[in-house]
Amino acid sequence: MSVPRFWRSLGSRYNLEGTHCTECGEYYYPPRDTCVNCRRLGKIESYKFKGTGEIITYTIIHTAAEGFEEQTPYALAIIKLDEGPSLTAQIVGNPKEVYIGMRVKPVFRKLGEDGERGMIYYGTKFVPAEA
Amino acid sequence: MTIGIVSYGAYVPRYRIKVEEIARLWGDDAEILKKGLMVHEKSVPDLDEDTATIAVEAARSALARGEFDPARIGAIYTGSESHPYAVKPTSTIVAQALGATPDLTAADFEFACKAGTAAVQACMGLVSSGMIELGLAIGADVSQGAPSDALEYTAAAGGVALVIGRKESELCALIEDTYSFTTDTPDFWRREGRPYPEHGGRFTGEPGYFKHVTNAAKGLLKKLGTTPEDYDYAVFHQPNGKFPTKVAKTLGFRKEQIAPGLVVTKIGNSYSGSCLMGLAATLDQAKPGDRIFVTAFGSGAGSDAFSIKVTDRIEKIRAKAPKVSELLKNPVYLDYGQYAKHKGKIRLA
Repeated sequence: MSVPRFWRSLGSRYNLEGTHCTECGEYYYPPRDTCVNCRRLGKIESYKFKGTGEIITYTIIHTAAEGFEEQTPYALAIIKLDEGPSLTAQIVGNPKEVYIGMRVKPVFRKLGEDGERGMIYYGTKFVPAEA
Repeated sequence: MTIGIVSYGAYVPRYRIKVEEIARLWGDDAEILKKGLMVHEKSVPDLDEDTATIAVEAARSALARGEFDPARIGAIYTGSESHPYAVKPTSTIVAQALGATPDLTAADFEFACKAGTAAVQACMGLVSSGMIELGLAIGADVSQGAPSDALEYTAAAGGVALVIGRKESELCALIEDTYSFTTDTPDFWRREGRPYPEHGGRFTGEPGYFKHVTNAAKGLLKKLGTTPEDYDYAVFHQPNGKFPTKVAKTLGFRKEQIAPGLVVTKIGNSYSGSCLMGLAATLDQAKPGDRIFVTAFGSGAGSDAFSIKVTDRIEKIRAKAPKVSELLKNPVYLDYGQYAKHKGKIRLA
């Protein structure tokens, strides 16, 4: 990932910043500038998600992409945030303890890095809410 | 002028390695080591944790406990000897992750194990001068000990964040005064680009730790006209359990005074987080009116002593973030191989 591309999305990666349409109440993550329900009538404001949510489904990665090899096996889940939107994120900890319907909360972790010389990418992963 | 702690937050990674496991690999006697160091196990960062992530977690805990608007933070200083970048501040990452940007100043500090308390003093200066309203001082580390070096038994990971302010109604503890003692003492160092620090072995004891901690502590007691008996608790930098226990006795503090803050036995030495972790564990149980004597030490060398008095507000905010004892629950123990992987000691290519 390019440095500017990551930098542009710092807010949503670090702090789960998205948007909210005050007209229809819909929440968007990642942020959208236009409400898909209200179109031009929508009133979009920025919104910081609470970060708590539930695992909708998950998969356990055994053959990882470059940069994630050391972390296998790990769980990658689709999480439905309490406000509505879903996102894909890594679940920290033992993947065997992950289950559908599990309540999760956000943690700040390293997402990756561009080798030893490049930038370090930080952002949000999730852990079981009771942990 | 009133100045003090508005809030505090701690973070300790979930992984641990026992002294026995490290001793097994190097053929050392674990029982002798445990008795000598008074350390049973130490914390180990997860594969995706570093000083920045630990600093953010500790700072977010402090924010949750203090329930203030992060935009009020006028300065963030993160003290560490393991900043993830050689050039590029950890503190800007923390500022962004807290939502404190852009109206603030920030920088990283380094002074071996006392960079966190140096950050506290800098925040005290800025707050008391009126330059800023709130200052965030963090001590966090993922400290390094070379394989088979004595440091490997204690070099741990963790961090603590303190929010410094001057509005009396929002302080959970007053900082009555601070005093520092600093000299050029080459007891421990790490050169640019080197992965592990070097140390002077036994030289780190008397001319390093004991000389500086004792002088800083005595200096502050003299400045304030207080004695060890005037304090309910005391916290000294904890590179192991033996040093703070010995220095407390020399200065005239009782075992009961240092017991709540002596967290090194279960965490190890979290370097810049170490002394502040002891303070956090003590604040976790202190009552309004209690006085806490704190002395940090950083090799190189220097000591910062603080006299702290807990206020009524501690009871209101304490439960809003995890206590140190809660952070120590449900540890995941690693064997040496897993530990080496977590610490990046295994080179894949």
